[in-house]
Amino acid sequence: MAEFLILALLGGIGVALVAGPLGSFVVWRRMAYFGDTLAHSALLGIALGVLFDINFNLAVISCCVILALILVSLQRQRLVATDTLLGIMAHSSLSLGLVAVSLLDDVRVDLLEYLFGDLLAITPNDLIWIYVGGAVVLLLLWRLWNPLLAITINEELAQVEGVNVTQVRLALMLLIGVVIAIAMKVVGILLITSLLIIPAAAARKLASTPEQMAVFASLLGMIAVAMGLYASWHFDTPAGPSVVVAALAEFLLLYSLPIRRTA
Amino acid sequence: MSPQQLISITDLQISFGENTVVSDVSMTLNRGEITTLIGPNGAGKTTLVKAVLGLLEPSGGEITRTDALRIGYMPQKLHIDATFPLTVERFLKTAAFASQSDREQALQAVGANTLLKQSVHSLSGGEMQRVLLARALLRKPELLVLDEPAQGVDINGQVELYNLIARIRDQYGCAVLMISHDLHLVMAATDQVICLNRHICCSGRPEQVSNHPSYKELFGVPGAENLALYSHHHNHQHNEHGDIVPLESSDQPGTDDCCGGHR
Repeated sequence: MAEFLILALLGGIGVALVAGPLGSFVVWRRMAYFGDTLAHSALLGIALGVLFDINFNLAVISCCVILALILVSLQRQRLVATDTLLGIMAHSSLSLGLVAVSLLDDVRVDLLEYLFGDLLAITPNDLIWIYVGGAVVLLLLWRLWNPLLAITINEELAQVEGVNVTQVRLALMLLIGVVIAIAMKVVGILLITSLLIIPAAAARKLASTPEQMAVFASLLGMIAVAMGLYASWHFDTPAGPSVVVAALAEFLLLYSLPIRRTA
Repeated sequence: MSPQQLISITDLQISFGENTVVSDVSMTLNRGEITTLIGPNGAGKTTLVKAVLGLLEPSGGEITRTDALRIGYMPQKLHIDATFPLTVERFLKTAAFASQSDREQALQAVGANTLLKQSVHSLSGGEMQRVLLARALLRKPELLVLDEPAQGVDINGQVELYNLIARIRDQYGCAVLMISHDLHLVMAATDQVICLNRHICCSGRPEQVSNHPSYKELFGVPGAENLALYSHHHNHQHNEHGDIVPLESSDQPGTDDCCGGHR
């Protein structure tokens, strides 16, 4: 097997591993649109990264985190409904990103690579980012697992029971920001949310505990990465979208099977 | 505060921006006593309860709690997404401070041991309320705060639930603060009824009408003696703007308990 295929497979598997548990929270807490908004802002992060000459991954993570903080504070003011707010921020940050990138005339940024990912062009350096970032995310998730479940059930109940809700919620947004940054290489800005929610939604069919759902989502994501890469190699289709199509196939297959949910 | 008092509230005011939701509320919650909060929609009942729980900062006045007060809280309703695989057992386990025996004891107390392995999505309204009550009991609370515990439960279920709450009060020796969704029916075991409409309209003991033959005829339910009619004696009324206006027939004898909270 060609070396770039192995790198692509390892990168995709690393991202899918982290996306499983985090995607489960995105599904449970109905944050799909929120994830999309953060992902859309990633392009702005890239532009700023070029502008200030900082590492793209760092620029994207900080851009996501800043946007998440702005979102939370705007949400509190209740100026407009949350989905309207998300819509405004998602599309304007994407547009701002596109405009900013076009203004950087001395640097050529390959837009398609960022919008749809370039899994086959993953470098060993990218792999390090994926696995180090992924390890940090998994470690934090493991530490925060129970409070995260508690605030997903009911934030006020969790707070009365002594959970620092604001802190845990912020941590979750930060984790999503990190995953978006590392997943961008695999499926691109426009498709990142699908890698979070499709495997998790498919895993729901097989799971009777939150932990099972997280693990199955990771496994299904990894299988989708392998299948997508295989299709990309054999039929010369774009790798990122092929991975998403494979995940969709898993989802459709699981939901057409007569499996009875136990919990 | 006297040793009998768990919480003492003086001149509490809560505002959201320009909008004052609760004002001039003074009340005390005593050890082992049941307090029922009634009032129309938008009267500020839930807001007041959230302030008692410490979820909201008062804009004015003072809430004094005894040191390290253990509060058990039962929220009005849980919105657990159907994609969240959760059994009753796992739900109770997200309260990390509780031990296996705490969970067993709490489920025993509410008579829901058989529900342990069931999915929370398959529970009936009454079963869910019992499970929520069990969760509130996990901490062996000194004060149990219940937000509309009988909501969505039919009259037989309500009688049962009120019996259960009275039993739990005796068993745990805890004080109970509960919001009732019904203006006229409160638990007979209630020591203090507070009628709230942004301020305290009146407060006192529910009248002992439950042994009246016509009452039994009306409800014809075993255990109905645990429900009582609380008749209102207001010394003022509210016009359609919510402002306080004097009663039209002001020659009504001023009832002892109806202090009102006039500005």
